[in-house]
Amino acid sequence: MAKTATKQKIVAMTGNAGCALAMKQINPDVVAAYPITPQTTIVEEFANYVANGVVDTEYINVESEHSAMSACIGASAAGARVMTSTSSQGLALMWEELSIASSLRLPIVMQTVNRALSGPINIHCDHSDSMGARDMGWIHLFAETAQEAYDNTIMAIKIAEHKDVRLPVMSMHDGFITSHAIDRFEVLDDADVKKFVGNYMPKHSLLYNPNEPVTFGPFAMPAFYYEQRKQLRVAIDGSKDIVMKVTDDFAKLSGRQYGLFEEYRLDDADVAVVVLGSTAGTTRYVIDAMRAQGVKVGMLKLRVFRPFPAEEIAQALSKIKAVGVMDRSDTVGTLGGPVYVEIKAALYNSKQRPAMQGYVYGLGGRDTGPDQIETVIGDLVKVVKGEQSPREAVTLLGVKE
Amino acid sequence: MAEVKLTEIRWHARGGQGAVTAAKLLAETALSQGQYFQAFPEYGPERMGAPIQAFTRISSEPIHIRSSIANPEIVVVLDPTLLKAVDVTSGMHADGVLIVNTDDEPKAIRKAMGLKGRTIFTVNATRIAQETIGRPIPNTPMMGALVKATGMMPIGNLTDYVRKSFGKKFSEEIIEGNVRAVERAYAEVKAE
Repeated sequence: MAKTATKQKIVAMTGNAGCALAMKQINPDVVAAYPITPQTTIVEEFANYVANGVVDTEYINVESEHSAMSACIGASAAGARVMTSTSSQGLALMWEELSIASSLRLPIVMQTVNRALSGPINIHCDHSDSMGARDMGWIHLFAETAQEAYDNTIMAIKIAEHKDVRLPVMSMHDGFITSHAIDRFEVLDDADVKKFVGNYMPKHSLLYNPNEPVTFGPFAMPAFYYEQRKQLRVAIDGSKDIVMKVTDDFAKLSGRQYGLFEEYRLDDADVAVVVLGSTAGTTRYVIDAMRAQGVKVGMLKLRVFRPFPAEEIAQALSKIKAVGVMDRSDTVGTLGGPVYVEIKAALYNSKQRPAMQGYVYGLGGRDTGPDQIETVIGDLVKVVKGEQSPREAVTLLGVKE
Repeated sequence: MAEVKLTEIRWHARGGQGAVTAAKLLAETALSQGQYFQAFPEYGPERMGAPIQAFTRISSEPIHIRSSIANPEIVVVLDPTLLKAVDVTSGMHADGVLIVNTDDEPKAIRKAMGLKGRTIFTVNATRIAQETIGRPIPNTPMMGALVKATGMMPIGNLTDYVRKSFGKKFSEEIIEGNVRAVERAYAEVKAE
């Protein structure tokens, strides 16, 4: 790890407390949120900061997530720095507002603590909530640990508000597993975060530029709608470079270098597991154990899911012989989970490409132990040896028959 | 690479007995001596008095595994009535350590549970808590018993951290009560 000039404090905190701390250090102008498990402790802790006067934030208590996102959109359009947080059905209730936030190019940052969508009703982790919102024009960042959840929150603001991006960002971490576990991580000084995120001074805003009024959200007939959507596509595709610029700047400050994804022991690997969120940690644990037994296995841990780094992933996986993609959400009625389907598509035009197998795991918080990851790696090794063909159908790991 | 020691602990209690606080306090004490840790409760529809579990992992190196603890080497039971209600030794290491809050001797517990292998320790943490803190909350004394039974850290590290951590929130009387509770349980815990 690079040596940095900055002094950091090592803390024992939950992932949610870390995110609330990052929000405190960012000191947004407006937070509008509605509590929902397992996000609740973020907004609860942040409300304490507001009540104790350590932030200047206007905290808006709303009656639903739909209202929360509506208030965020209004405040952000006026030129405020805006943050919120939700999970599961809360995100679902924000649905119609999500595409408005991105289409209006509003840099709202939302901590999304991943929780299974109902039904049946469940409070535990899977990624079906944010994956359902994957095509809404938001940037999606995933965290493995509380450290990454804290770091991504700080980077998210700078990415969202960058003048060449101006898009909302969802910053995900796993419900309960990361949100409620007490973990060891490093936090920056308040002053360093303040300096890193800087002031938000949008060019067009009622707050800072009242003499040059602009209209947000006008009606667009067929003559204009399409071009607006094209602009959104161009913006999110172009945001990849800014995501990396901010990520690299953050590394200079913190000593913690992230990428669009992490390649773990992938260089000489025959088989690889693709995964995101907390299960990447368990996968790393299993890979170390299997490497010790001579199995050439590596991992690609996805951090940036939107914009989807298709080219970079195709490049990283092109020399692998067999790849297993693990999705903590199922896209029923089609080929498999969203990460699997997109990675498969990303590799289709590569001259050299691995055999691929899709897996769904951990729905509704079903525990994902090392045994399930060993199963995936075992399958892949058999595919490489020619003992079995990759299955067309997605495999459901850890489900009771 | 040298074998890295990862200690996995499972706490059994009833809602309200402070198991989650104990798991957290142990993790923070581990941090105060430079170790890595995870502390996490098993969340469900928990209510005051309902059986709950909490987990702690401690290591000298960063911990990557994120799944729940299936094979703990240490199991701490904060409420003796759970021995009949919950399989507290489920998945437990054959050479694991079981620490129970009870007035009974370890061998009586072994007989009652029909347990083979493992090492059993007992301590009446509820009585110690009543006499030192003035409330029957067994979590801090059970930490004293845990430290004695496993030798996982010097007792002074735990009492120092209790003073430091409780110092922010509680009166001197409560802090010293908790420190005495830890020290008494450390001294009174019974081995087989």
